[in-house]
Amino acid sequence: MNRIHDLGGMHGFGPIHAEPERSEPPFHEPWEATACALMLGTLRLGRWSLDRFRHTIERQAPLDYLRRSYFEKWFEAVCELAVAEGLVTEDELRTGVADTPVRPRDERWTPDFSTDRAPRWAAGDRVRAVVRNPAGHTRQPRYVRGRVGTVVRVAGAEPLPEAAAEDRCEVGHVYLVRFEAAELWGADATGRDAVYLELWDDHLEAA
Amino acid sequence: MGHDHDHDHDQDQDQDHSDVPPPLALRVKALQSVLAAKSIVSEATVDRIVDAYEHRIGPHLGAGVIARAWIDPAFRERLLADGTEAARDHGIRGLDPGVRLVVVENTADVHNVVVCTLCSCYPLQLLGMPPVWYKSAPYRSRVVQDPRGVLAEFGTDVDDDVEVRVWDSNSEVRYLVLPERPAGTDELDEAALAALVGRNAMVGVEHVLPPADPPPAP
Repeated sequence: MNRIHDLGGMHGFGPIHAEPERSEPPFHEPWEATACALMLGTLRLGRWSLDRFRHTIERQAPLDYLRRSYFEKWFEAVCELAVAEGLVTEDELRTGVADTPVRPRDERWTPDFSTDRAPRWAAGDRVRAVVRNPAGHTRQPRYVRGRVGTVVRVAGAEPLPEAAAEDRCEVGHVYLVRFEAAELWGADATGRDAVYLELWDDHLEAA
Repeated sequence: MGHDHDHDHDQDQDQDHSDVPPPLALRVKALQSVLAAKSIVSEATVDRIVDAYEHRIGPHLGAGVIARAWIDPAFRERLLADGTEAARDHGIRGLDPGVRLVVVENTADVHNVVVCTLCSCYPLQLLGMPPVWYKSAPYRSRVVQDPRGVLAEFGTDVDDDVEVRVWDSNSEVRYLVLPERPAGTDELDEAALAALVGRNAMVGVEHVLPPADPPPAP
């Protein structure tokens, strides 16, 4: 989806406000720690994949996405998924009182990390990131689409994010690809610099 | 009557205000209570996860890996060849199947910096919770396009003839930067070296600096 989470290369967000490293706490409020633990605790149930969780955050309204803090986005996504999966109801979220049973579900999201297919690309291959505008979740950022890079290595095999976001496991190879900064950003880029990403078979075509 | 009407109107407004969602902290507490009551996520599980990230898991773990790589060439080679296995052997926990750790080395010719433009992927197992700036729109939007400008904002100079490599963590790989060992640290042991290594250096936005008060030359 071409949504607000896909931030790479955008302008206008201003300077970086970094707290002093040695004094920044892992959580700034007690509720942030709880929200984080509930996200990790529910993810372990296997009721949804990490990509489905990411997709749920990405579908938050753009203004909400920018206005909400990081753990607020997490919390809203956990609530939405917990309701969708029948773990809790909207009423229970309002009252804090459990009064409905959990909807059972037999199958568990279990990612796989191997495939029998041979890799399509090898180190040194020139590849173009496919131009596409998928309606659902993807981990191919907009800023690489249509750009040509070089495969550095076959990096592994992982569930395809597009399918994983729907709790389906389709494993594909991932390739580490180097894109020269000038290819991505044009003449303004400093010539020697580069961006590295990992892209799946379906994200690449021969250049 | 007019006064009474206004009063009723005020009451209506108060009624409207009660529909405003309660503060976030209370909503989180409500979800926590319901999940605990249904034995989905127990209070003990929440406490264990929070305690881990507040007290056990943090940048000191990554710093230990970096310091060892600086003094143990065989470990450094293994770390760069297969970061996941080397980190596991070193005692790093929580590198679940499917999560790959890739360690990228800064040299005189290459400076590495890590981002996740799409969300906030980060080597939690070695660095703990990411800082707020790492998750923020300014960092995520800019560092891929203007890494040198971002590094300058952190006070980090990179020579023009050094190549800057930006690593966007868009898959289930997590990157850790192996910074350059600062000059004048030959006498330091592993623990003293680890104490020099900060989180920002392992993300790649800063260099590791030599100790403020170097030991006197022998």
